[in-house]
Amino acid sequence: MPDGALPVLDVQNLKTVFQTRSGEVHAVNDVSFSLRPGELLGVVGESGSGKSVTMMSLLGLLPTPPADVRGGTVMFDDKDLLNVNAKTLRDVRGGKIGFVFQDPMTSLNPVYNVGMQIMEPLRKHMGMNKKQAAARAQELLELVGIPDAKRRLADYPHQFSGGMRQRVMIAIALACDPQVLIADEPTTALDVTIQAQILELMKDLRAKLGMAVIWITHDLGVIAGIADRVMVMYGGQVVEHAPVDVLFSDPQHPYTRALLKTIPTITGERAARLTVIEGQPPIMKDAPASCAFRDRCDVAFNRCAVENPPRYDLGAGHDAACFYDARTGEPRDA
Amino acid sequence: MLDTENTPLVSVRDLKMHFPIHAGLLRRRVGEVKAVDGVSFDVIEGETLGLVGESGCGKSTCGRAVLRLYDITSGEITIDGDEIGDTSQAALRTKRPAMQMVFQDPQASLNPRMTVEAIIKEPLDEHTKLSELEKREKVGELMDAVGLNRQFAKRYPQAFSGGQRQRIGIARALALNPKFIVCDEPIAALDVSIQAQVVNLLEDLQEQFGLTYLFISHDLSMVRHIATRVAVMYLGKIVELAPREALYAEPLHPYTKALLSAVPDPDPSLAKASNRIVLQGDVPSPANPPKGCNFCTRCPSVMDICKTTEPTYFEVQPGRFTACHLYENNNDTAE
Repeated sequence: MPDGALPVLDVQNLKTVFQTRSGEVHAVNDVSFSLRPGELLGVVGESGSGKSVTMMSLLGLLPTPPADVRGGTVMFDDKDLLNVNAKTLRDVRGGKIGFVFQDPMTSLNPVYNVGMQIMEPLRKHMGMNKKQAAARAQELLELVGIPDAKRRLADYPHQFSGGMRQRVMIAIALACDPQVLIADEPTTALDVTIQAQILELMKDLRAKLGMAVIWITHDLGVIAGIADRVMVMYGGQVVEHAPVDVLFSDPQHPYTRALLKTIPTITGERAARLTVIEGQPPIMKDAPASCAFRDRCDVAFNRCAVENPPRYDLGAGHDAACFYDARTGEPRDA
Repeated sequence: MLDTENTPLVSVRDLKMHFPIHAGLLRRRVGEVKAVDGVSFDVIEGETLGLVGESGCGKSTCGRAVLRLYDITSGEITIDGDEIGDTSQAALRTKRPAMQMVFQDPQASLNPRMTVEAIIKEPLDEHTKLSELEKREKVGELMDAVGLNRQFAKRYPQAFSGGQRQRIGIARALALNPKFIVCDEPIAALDVSIQAQVVNLLEDLQEQFGLTYLFISHDLSMVRHIATRVAVMYLGKIVELAPREALYAEPLHPYTKALLSAVPDPDPSLAKASNRIVLQGDVPSPANPPKGCNFCTRCPSVMDICKTTEPTYFEVQPGRFTACHLYENNNDTAE
């Protein structure tokens, strides 16, 4: 990245393939991005677009086989996370990189009280003794806004509501003062009023702690309110990447444009009819040799069928992987 | 009602659906979950009534109870002139063709061992005396109507994507030429780019076959698109019911205000500027609702009366209903 400080996390050309009974599925194809200190990078895409698999790959969280991380580099803390031993990776995970998953019920252990679950990374990664860890756990619960924190440490996950459980997950992820927090659809399972609470909490925490965040979601509304930069994924590739206000005001990839048109809003003009993106998202059986979106694209032309578009730099931190230049209405140079 | 010339196709009065809680060694009845607790509304012929609320507010239970998929605790339900609130399930069978349902999860509501043709044909087998050939022809027509390729009739549900499966569910619901369809979160399990396809299909079918929908959803933006009027539920009760434009432009009930304010807007300039109403706390349990108004524990404009007296549900402006003490003084000073 040209502007700003050195990235805390730099991913280049990441490739992940799944071996399935009906052949290979190329879930992540040549994904590159970087994360600057303190920023929030939003990752948007539909199911199967590769957004979660990308994040799981870079932390070595996928079972191999069937997954196979075929290439790329993930630079964090002067180390390539794809080329370090298991112990180093374990130290990074839950330590300097925290993770929040979508469903707080399945990612918390039902047979341990939440106190023990928050204390586990503190004792493993920070070498705290029981007393220090307990004090820090209480602090963390207070930080994420759980009332009566000291007593709640002894409670089990089922005694918390969905929103409160997600707060516990965030507390665990924040336990070791991470430099990077990866949040995978953290509010998708929650109701809108509870989602609003978690989004507010996230804003507070970023202001207080200053960590960099990767926020994965399919909800463009959530992204608009919280992200600094946004990366749009489709078919396991980054199709567009821009600062958040640019992405919404001047989207350049046909998929982003269609996506923004297809979602109804509660303010704004009410369309008599919703704009439809015809067809289905692709299942990538092979490494892409053509544009993955061309079957559903309204500006596709013959080049799109024979060549996979690279990410064209459009200036000001904006790039889009499309042969068609929406600004001029002409194909880009060959 | 606002549309005085339009007769309601469905009329629900004081519908209650309480589920018993059994506990202890003898499984004694120790209480009840008041999933739907005194709900009244009309669905006008040809309209779409949106029913919105958060999980656990009773919106799905309400939709199922209206179709008598449950034996309701009390209340009256009139569909197309027939009172079905206390009709026996056996007697209801003959009335089922007029009222159908589209379910949330197309994966779970289609039998994986039946072909698409068999799934769509089943209601015809059950309720009509058509010949096998006529039934096949009807299935073909239905598949055309919902945009499925007739050639795939012999395939099984797993061969289809989520959006296509939902089309199969819609074709099945249409098989008996119903008048009234309850759509229970029909797009919640679908990707954004597929949701618009299914919503447009539902709108087309409504026009083509003159259908009336009760559209249950938690997605307030999609309800704004599809619904004619909108009812908002909280903890088993309707807190507000109004025509779409009025509800979104000027919500009355504090819960509706908070709910609308919580919906993230896909516009960075608005999203960062807006002063969100963030509700504190969680929804209380419907097994143990608070005294007075159900919303009094989280309401930003709570008053003393709210903690003691339940607000009545009344028509505050022509066509607009709400249950809130804030609006009661205007026409009721007997308090």
